[in-house]
Amino acid sequence: MKLNFKMARKQFAIPYIVFLLAFVVFPLILVLVYAFLNEDGGFTLSNFAVIFSDGTILVFLKSFLIALITVTVCLLIGYPIAYILSQRKYGFPRIIIFLFVLPMWVNFLLRTLSIKFLFEYIGIQMGYFTVIFGLVYDFIPFMILPIYTILRSMDRSLIEASQDLGASPNKVFLKTIVPLSIPGIISGALMVFMPSMSTLAISDILSNNKIKLFGNFIDLWFTYDSWNIGSAMSLILLLMIGLSMWITNKFSSGTTVRGELW
Amino acid sequence: MVKKILARSFIILMLFIMYMPIFFLMVLSFTESKAFGVWTGFSFNLYIELFQNEAILQAVANTVIIGLSAAAIATVVGTISAVGIYSMKKASKTFVNGINQVTILNADIVTASALLLLIATLSIPKGYGTLLLAHIVICTPYVVLSVMPKLSSLDPNLYEAALDLGASPTKALFKVMIPQLIPGMITGFVLALTLSIDDFVISNYTNGGVETISTFVYKDAARAGLTPSLRALSTIIFVAVLSVLIAINIYSNKKSKRSDREAVE
Repeated sequence: MKLNFKMARKQFAIPYIVFLLAFVVFPLILVLVYAFLNEDGGFTLSNFAVIFSDGTILVFLKSFLIALITVTVCLLIGYPIAYILSQRKYGFPRIIIFLFVLPMWVNFLLRTLSIKFLFEYIGIQMGYFTVIFGLVYDFIPFMILPIYTILRSMDRSLIEASQDLGASPNKVFLKTIVPLSIPGIISGALMVFMPSMSTLAISDILSNNKIKLFGNFIDLWFTYDSWNIGSAMSLILLLMIGLSMWITNKFSSGTTVRGELW
Repeated sequence: MVKKILARSFIILMLFIMYMPIFFLMVLSFTESKAFGVWTGFSFNLYIELFQNEAILQAVANTVIIGLSAAAIATVVGTISAVGIYSMKKASKTFVNGINQVTILNADIVTASALLLLIATLSIPKGYGTLLLAHIVICTPYVVLSVMPKLSSLDPNLYEAALDLGASPTKALFKVMIPQLIPGMITGFVLALTLSIDDFVISNYTNGGVETISTFVYKDAARAGLTPSLRALSTIIFVAVLSVLIAINIYSNKKSKRSDREAVE
């Protein structure tokens, strides 16, 4: 009886496994295959040679740097917000967190365009500053939420213990609170880093099409020239995503941040 | 005391920056001026223009239809699959959960180009069908993730009791398990819906000319610097979303208070 019931329930997953294989795994294999094919369908490594020779690698480094700056700014702004709101004495923390997340329900292109119009109205030139501002603006809730969640669920007795043992407030913060919140910081950083690294709409809109990031290059290859070179670039991003999945599973509890929005 | 004031001003300043652009757009939706940032007197004309602009209305309709259908299908598929995955052995469970995570963590442009290659390889004509399929692909993993934690807090005895009392596994699933999973399913549905409505890159690669709000706005802004009546649309979206979310919050607060009271009694 027990065996039967186990068998029966397991079968509910079979359609979804087929679905995942057909629409997630197979398309990604296609990316892998296209990356190693030339226009005529023969094996080649030239797609990667193009990436490493024509300056695309510099675009990659530039995007990497911009994503890193975005993560740092999000952390520097997001951590204090999460920390202040996680304090018991702060009134209405749920409503304020709700207010920080609310703009995410407005279409992100409309949000990004309104930033652009506001900057133009004030008279700020479109450039790296505006692009990074837009990235921080759009992705900071992904940083605030996991840190807030982990600070809220932190064992208060650990903090009290370090206070009782004579640590100064600064020391309590640096030696107890920050180390305990590292899993939240890591999942926040990853959730901000990947979309920043691969964005195309935000960099287009907030630089008047002047700043082209890695995502824009993939988009351009796919739209105009060669799917093969585009696939090779997608493959590089895919490897980074694999790496970040590995980091997530190693350091954080495995919950994804977007899932915590509700 | 000083610390507290500093903390409060910091939060207020950050919220001010977050809402500045949106309010700027909302205020300017009540004036006619084509040029942005110029106030030419109060008027509802942009709202009237919005409801006469068939291209925009079509894009809104497409977004809503695709969003609701993708979220509904993802919720059904995701819930049933979560039940299945939950009762698998540890090794295969980890494997399926891993693939499930890929789409969530994957960059939009990579998912989009991979789906484009699939559509091209199978030479499927792009259109409503491919757009809907792509949205189901990106939404379902979130439903699986939302339902999974609810499953681990279930009482397994209830399901087995149903089987012992002669229910078939399918009947036990629908009559006993699913009702207990409804909160997780609602979370998954809302998450899927917002994801689908907000998506731009994947829609742009799979729509074959069927415009959603995102793809319409992107092309429109690139061509002529945003049709003024889209300011009115943004305002409507913001107000609608705000009202729905406030209503949900009030409702769930009331409900949790009621269940607290019942627990006390």
